[in-house]
Amino acid sequence: MIRTLPNSKAYTYGYRLYIGVYFLFLFAPLVVTCVLAFNNSQFPALPWKGFTIEWFTADRPGRVGIFHDAVNLDSIWVSFQVAFFVTILSTAVGTCAAFLFEQEDFPFKPALYFLMLAPLVIPGVILGISILLFSNTLGTFFEDHWGIDVGLFRPGFWLVVLGQFAFISTLVTLIVSARLKKFDRALEEAAMNLGAGRFEVIWHITLKFLRPAIIAGAAVAFLMSFENFNTTLFLVGSETTLPINLYLQVRDGSTPVINAISFLLIVGTSLAAVANLYFSRKNH
Amino acid sequence: MNRYRLTLPLICFLTPVILWLFLLIVLPHIDLLLMSLQTENDSGRLVWSLSNYLNFFQEPIYWLTFVRTALYSIMVTFLTFVVTLPVAFYISKVAAPKFHGFLMTLLLMPFWVSEMVRVYGWMILLRESGVVNHLLVSIGLLQRPVEMLYNDVTMVMGLVYTSMLFMAVPLISVLESLDNSLIEAAYDLGANMWSILFKIIIPHAMPGIVSGSIVVFMLTLGNYLTPNLLGGKNALWFTEQIYNQFIASFNWNQGSAFGFLLLVLSSLIIWLGLKLTRQKLSKVVQ
Repeated sequence: MIRTLPNSKAYTYGYRLYIGVYFLFLFAPLVVTCVLAFNNSQFPALPWKGFTIEWFTADRPGRVGIFHDAVNLDSIWVSFQVAFFVTILSTAVGTCAAFLFEQEDFPFKPALYFLMLAPLVIPGVILGISILLFSNTLGTFFEDHWGIDVGLFRPGFWLVVLGQFAFISTLVTLIVSARLKKFDRALEEAAMNLGAGRFEVIWHITLKFLRPAIIAGAAVAFLMSFENFNTTLFLVGSETTLPINLYLQVRDGSTPVINAISFLLIVGTSLAAVANLYFSRKNH
Repeated sequence: MNRYRLTLPLICFLTPVILWLFLLIVLPHIDLLLMSLQTENDSGRLVWSLSNYLNFFQEPIYWLTFVRTALYSIMVTFLTFVVTLPVAFYISKVAAPKFHGFLMTLLLMPFWVSEMVRVYGWMILLRESGVVNHLLVSIGLLQRPVEMLYNDVTMVMGLVYTSMLFMAVPLISVLESLDNSLIEAAYDLGANMWSILFKIIIPHAMPGIVSGSIVVFMLTLGNYLTPNLLGGKNALWFTEQIYNQFIASFNWNQGSAFGFLLLVLSSLIIWLGLKLTRQKLSKVVQ
């Protein structure tokens, strides 16, 4: 069963075969998507008609590569902007929440902690429609009572940011809390004995200690935001994010341009994964 | 009473968290409940009514979709567990430790990529003009291509594929804390593979199994992309019903009722899962 125990040959090879098949299953869709991005054909399908990079670079009728595809480039840019703001907001609030639940004491703390975990068990679609409804209610209220039309309350960029922020903050909170639990509070007491105030201690000592967790939390936040579909679906306005835009295209038929975008996403995230592995090795 | 002091740091930490949780979680969900309890009367004004919920129970297409979604989600959760357990066990106990980081990265990498891209990959593999059909026809196993998309088997496969990571990570972390000598002792005392699995490995892995299952179940129940793009066109997933009410019919009140029912269902099953295994949510998420 395990390394130290004797196993029959059939068992060992059978097990290895299963693991092999599992990883084949895991990578088949990604590898095929990447390979077909370079097929010189109008459709993302076999047979192989020769290698081309035109689905990235071409700019002529009938074949527009991703680097000249304004709609898709725009949606990538929107996704970057959304992810940027979600990362900033959720990292800041998530870190505050980690301090709040690990180091402070206040009435109803368990109830608030439970509420903080709630976004983990709320399906993304429900979160999306709730926020859509509530912003609509607020918008109508503002309009009826004060006659102000607030753009924020209509589906669009900022509503997407808020919707994603609502559940991504929980993830950041959990990541930062996990490290804050390991913090030796004697260090804080020492700093206070030497005359530091609470905020000086947090700034100079606790945040320094938390830095790897905050960076990890921000990375997760960026990625989760960049690829979010469920919550965004209901909140998106005229500026579509990349996953929504891809969905609309795939639903109506596909071209190898989608493969080219997927290839760029896969390569980008793989590089990030390798970098992450490298840095976590270095920290150990 | 003086136990709690409203200090400046507390206020600084509390304010953003309260704003976040109340403005974006609590109030929107109260609004969802209120909306679901209202309906437009003949003159187009909103009145309080239970008719949205009555509609749900009277129209078989609604509650059948609901039951179907719930049962399929439970099945997907179970299948994901069965598929992932051997892999988690291999990585944590069988493979040489020096490959551990490499295997973990390999396991996680596909899930860093957007779900949209992964589903798209399956579409170009499995559709009628897809890669699998092309290969099967060219080696002569099939006479002509068959449509492998748009059925329940493919949809379940896609949902399992999307969920595997969320089961694998908690399983690996819980199996790593299992002492090898327990398995060795059981082996020396004559236990076979299955009794080791059911008497030692699974009981020890229970916290990981529960937390993985909760996440997988919740994500499957709330999934929209995979059932929509891989599943059959005439058998809907419940999230598609919600989407149709909101975007296509523009009946927000009916859609809110559906949303609220889905929320109740997911909370209920998660609560049941926690009760049956005597665990706490705050423990499970760690």
